[in-house]
Amino acid sequence: MTSYTPTAEDFQVLDSAREGDRIDRPSLSYWQDVWRRLRGNRRALASLCIVVALLLFTLVGPLVWQVDPALQDLEQVSQPPSLGRSALVVADNVPAPALTHTAISTATADRERAVSNLRLIGTPHSEGVNLAWDPLPGVDAYQLYRHEYEPRDADDLGLPLVRLMPSDISYRDLLGLETRQYYYSIVGVYDGEEARAYTTLPVEVGQALLFSEAQYRGLVAADAVADDIVGTFIRLESHPLGTDYLGRDMLARLMWGARTSLFIGICAPLIFVIIGLAYGGLAGYSGGRLDDVMMRFADFVIALPFLLFMILFKIAFGLGPGESGIGPMLLALVLLSWPATARLVRGQVLQIREEAYIAAARMMGATAPYLVMRHILPNVMGVLLVSLTFAIPTAIFTEAFLSFIGMGVVPPTPSWGSMCNDGIRTMLSHPHELMFPALFISVTVLAFNLLGDGLRDAMDARMRSGT
Amino acid sequence: MGRYIAKRLLSGVITIWFIATATFFGMHAVPGDPLLNDKAVTPEIRANLERAYGLDKPVPVQYLLFLKNMVQGDFGISFTQQNRRVNDIIAEHFPVSATLGVLALLFAALGGITFGALTALFRNRMPDYLIMFLVIIAVSVPSFVFAGLGQLAILRLNNLLGFSLLPVAGWGTVAHMLVPALVLGLGTMAYLTRLMRSSMLEVAETDYIRTARAKGLTPQRIFFRHQLRNAILPVVTVLGPAIAAITTGGFVVELVFAIPGLGRYFVQAVQQLDYTVIMGTTVFYGAFLVLMVIAVDIVYGFIDPRIQVTKSLS
Amino acid sequence: MLAGLFDHYLYTRGRWPHRLMHLPAHLFAKALCLTAALCLATALLLTAALPAAAITPAVDPVNNEISIASDQEPQWLTTIKATDQVSFTVLDHITEGLITRDVRNQLIGGVAERWELTDEKATFWLRKDARWSDGKPVTAHDFVFAWQQVANPQNAAEYAFLMRLFPNGEEIIAGRMPPESLGVEAIDDHTLVAHLVAPTAYFIDLVTFISFRPVREDFYRAQDGRYAADAVNMLSNGPFILTKWVHGASMRLERNPYYWNRDAIPLDAINIPYITEDPNARFNLFMDDKTAMATNLQISAMKMAMQEHQKLKSFRDGTVFYLGFNYREGRPTANLNLRRAIQSVYDAAELTYKVIGVPGNLPAYTLFPGWLKGDDGQSLHAQYPPRKPQLNVERGRQYLELAKQELGVDEMPPLTLLLSDLPQAAKQAEYFQNVMARTLGLEIRLDKQIFKQRLAKMTSGDYDIVAAGWGPDYNDAMTFADLFTSWNANNRGRYSNPEYDALITEALQITDQRRRNQIFARIQDIIFDDVVIIPQYERGYIYAQDKRIGGVRRYHIGGDPNFNYTYIIKPEADGATD
Repeated sequence: MTSYTPTAEDFQVLDSAREGDRIDRPSLSYWQDVWRRLRGNRRALASLCIVVALLLFTLVGPLVWQVDPALQDLEQVSQPPSLGRSALVVADNVPAPALTHTAISTATADRERAVSNLRLIGTPHSEGVNLAWDPLPGVDAYQLYRHEYEPRDADDLGLPLVRLMPSDISYRDLLGLETRQYYYSIVGVYDGEEARAYTTLPVEVGQALLFSEAQYRGLVAADAVADDIVGTFIRLESHPLGTDYLGRDMLARLMWGARTSLFIGICAPLIFVIIGLAYGGLAGYSGGRLDDVMMRFADFVIALPFLLFMILFKIAFGLGPGESGIGPMLLALVLLSWPATARLVRGQVLQIREEAYIAAARMMGATAPYLVMRHILPNVMGVLLVSLTFAIPTAIFTEAFLSFIGMGVVPPTPSWGSMCNDGIRTMLSHPHELMFPALFISVTVLAFNLLGDGLRDAMDARMRSGT
Repeated sequence: MGRYIAKRLLSGVITIWFIATATFFGMHAVPGDPLLNDKAVTPEIRANLERAYGLDKPVPVQYLLFLKNMVQGDFGISFTQQNRRVNDIIAEHFPVSATLGVLALLFAALGGITFGALTALFRNRMPDYLIMFLVIIAVSVPSFVFAGLGQLAILRLNNLLGFSLLPVAGWGTVAHMLVPALVLGLGTMAYLTRLMRSSMLEVAETDYIRTARAKGLTPQRIFFRHQLRNAILPVVTVLGPAIAAITTGGFVVELVFAIPGLGRYFVQAVQQLDYTVIMGTTVFYGAFLVLMVIAVDIVYGFIDPRIQVTKSLS
Repeated sequence: MLAGLFDHYLYTRGRWPHRLMHLPAHLFAKALCLTAALCLATALLLTAALPAAAITPAVDPVNNEISIASDQEPQWLTTIKATDQVSFTVLDHITEGLITRDVRNQLIGGVAERWELTDEKATFWLRKDARWSDGKPVTAHDFVFAWQQVANPQNAAEYAFLMRLFPNGEEIIAGRMPPESLGVEAIDDHTLVAHLVAPTAYFIDLVTFISFRPVREDFYRAQDGRYAADAVNMLSNGPFILTKWVHGASMRLERNPYYWNRDAIPLDAINIPYITEDPNARFNLFMDDKTAMATNLQISAMKMAMQEHQKLKSFRDGTVFYLGFNYREGRPTANLNLRRAIQSVYDAAELTYKVIGVPGNLPAYTLFPGWLKGDDGQSLHAQYPPRKPQLNVERGRQYLELAKQELGVDEMPPLTLLLSDLPQAAKQAEYFQNVMARTLGLEIRLDKQIFKQRLAKMTSGDYDIVAAGWGPDYNDAMTFADLFTSWNANNRGRYSNPEYDALITEALQITDQRRRNQIFARIQDIIFDDVVIIPQYERGYIYAQDKRIGGVRRYHIGGDPNFNYTYIIKPEADGATD
């Protein structure tokens, strides 16, 4: 018969609680949980990537794409996106042909007669198209036109370029020349009336660049001799997103404009959210009379018509010379937007203050700073973050809107809104000037909106399942 | 209830006073001079102008006069519009902005509810993706881009048809309002679509829908009778703030479509430093907003007895 | 753009609507019906309240009317107080002065049949058939009353200074004498005598100006302070009557049956159904055949117009744009060599052709625009050609060095360029900034201000350089020349030059045109040598005009454009145009 000899071990009290408390999976803090949910949301994740990409574009972009956003290239105004065109280098200071016709013709005017021998002098290029023609007897003036399409009749000669004295029989056209086909037409003017007879000359204008300009921009060696270079073709800078109305690189401008737009878009909400947090937190935490007064004041500010007061403040702050106008806009946005956050925070704080765990903490002797830091702030953080992501698109739109009505940033500081404003005037002829800044605004707003949605969902879910 | 309304109205009055004061002193802090013009005037003419507009008095006196006149409902005479009282300007141009705004809101609400319901019905299928894609565009593209494109679209359409289906700009008939109202309401419509969609999906998971399904009701009946009706509610509740936002936000649309609304006047007045028009318009809009908010809060109380308006809503 | 706003607004207001989620359907249906009904009712009510405007075609040969768009609401539709271009344009159709202009800008009689100007006075003999739109005759008293009202301090008219031409004018403006004491008298109903304080060579030209139009006293008084506030408060003596004026929206001008020269007016009515500042919108209206003219085409619109094979015309409005300097003590721009440095590197032609890029604009090299008359029918430019600065960066830098030495600085401080908030102003300022940085290494700070703030800064002298323009008030070089006299309040840079002042004083006292033009030529030289300003360009526009209308007049001075003699080309003429 075997007998069991109990050992001391058998008389140990089993630890009943341990087993149930065992944590099999890593514990998740609130933020880890939110992050996990957010990661699961494909759209939110994609928008987070876009936000990061935008920040990179703004901060790192200018280091990679080292083009001066202020460099004006009047030879390449409003060019669509291109990767560098080739241009003929031409000499500086070539005098315009100045053919004149001195013999005062006494011949009677024949209004049916068109100008003859309308011709080019030299190669037509973007630095000037030199035209000459034979004198027409008896005219009082010549009217020169330029068309982008083939004229159909005497009422369709295109842009009236210039009216010239009868003694002038040549002209150099410099006006906003693009590299394309033009149709120059000339008619005689008698007694202030244009004749119906016209002569048209099609001209193919090529891209050109002055030698001095090429030198200034470092496209040819600084010590190059003009005679060697003039007449050859060189490659111009590439403009992957085209150029604007002063021939500035759009990509570089968009990068610098992003600084303005994102700075206002992110800084303003950040500042007013912090102010709102402090204000609302104080009101909510202290409660009573102070709360009443503080919230009444916040209500006043909230009642101000937002856009009207943005405009008012913007001009009331005034602007000194050389100032970009970013400061006043930021200030106006902050001044008008903080009460919304303050109300939100105060509501949250009021609610949290009544929670049982606060009472428990208090009973255990928690001090006010501990309560605020440990319990209230972390619990307010969630809603605050969501409200921040929603405030960013609003701020970006506000900047764009103000710049659009001409009350935004001051040139030459670029911003996406002001670039849209410039672009909308040339929407029909050069759509890229509107499209790209509008695209950037849209993508940014979209990204922050989706991110806000994602954050809200991630946090709402916790709230629904949790307390 | 009566006491609550009285209290809200009183605080509304104080708010309007606050707005008026903020505007007045803000306006007078603006560097610049409303009486300057392209061609300089002699000191005598200048003195005459100052007297005509009461600018010769010290600022506190001007402020008291302004308050007194405001209480009497008189905002004075415009600096730039000949012989026109600010009251007349508001009376003439606010209805235009309001009409445009209400129409825009109507578009937004009808479109938002329809599209939102559609997306929920076709959840995660082609129509859903398509509508949500359009919504994303509508939310993210600035309204001035839409305004320009909208006008261009009318022009192209008219040229294509060979006759004028819709006017390119101007004001006067319902045809004039359609496209501007659509452009103005687009952002709100997109927002409401999103709201409606999430609301529909939320309702779909409620117990009473499950019960209805279990009872064997037809899907159509469930959709229209139970899901749609309940889901519309949150959409309706945002219409109040939306009215105010839309009516005060129509500057660009008014400008592009040549609509004589109050928003356009305000921007012009600011550029011209037309003190009286700026103050009149701001106070008017402020009062409008305040009344809107109060009205909406009270209406909520009537719609849903579970909401007690007397309890602070914050 | 509002959606983001809502999100934020609703979210932060805590009115996120989930709490209303589970409302009983019947309650909710009621609420919905109520809301919808309210919305609809409001919309219908407001729509019904609107004036039903029929959409008018650009050109209507049946009713003999045309439609045009205005860029702004007229600010003051009374000849007593008008200052803005749009008011001038409308007033030029509904009122007529003593003297008016023909198509070639030559003076012809308006209400006055003939006139006589001496050094002491001007006498006008009025035609007997001139009538107001209520059928009563236009008399000399109407002119006397109107001019008194312009001077009357109670009206605070900005153009009151014009009345200083007449005895007591100055005193009346200052409120020291009653308006009735103005030195203008009606000898009888049809003879008007205007006494002059000093000989005024261009008085007859000046009288075409809006402020010299007649106003009838009994009608003016009967309006009880609302004169010209609305269409019903107006009386016309011009070819047209303003019959409808919906503020900010539309106007309609109809033929004045009592106008003395009515047979010369071809159109029965001019509609102005659109008022919009947006030039693209105006162009779109034109392309949609809603208006007969699109003014101030932008580059984009010009290209579209060419694509559509529209007829384009150009017009210079007579205004000269320039860079003005601040001459106040302590401003670097008071230094001549600094100004010369800028002059040596600034290319008005490049600005005009490459930056502005709209034909019609002309590079300017003088304060005097090309349309001003010289002697013997020549232009002032032809007689005294303006000098062009020789562009030379090296010389510019030398001048800059000199300036630095004179100012006692090692580095030139940044200069402030004051500009308006118009888009084209920003573009030109950015170009100027770039040119200065590139050639002289000079830093320019842009100071963009809204209209009134820019004026305030100009007046107080808070700038170094200002981008400004000057348009003529009357057809004489003096309207430009006296701009930089030390006493002119528009000389906001406080330029002061005794020789300049003396020359203008002399020109103001003589009527000999040859000598006056010599003086203006000398002024032109002073402006160049002393670099008083740097002229930039004479402003021009491209406009598109319907091929079915003719006789549209464009004027440098006063209201522009003018449709008084506009006619609809008869369809028979079709063959000729094709």
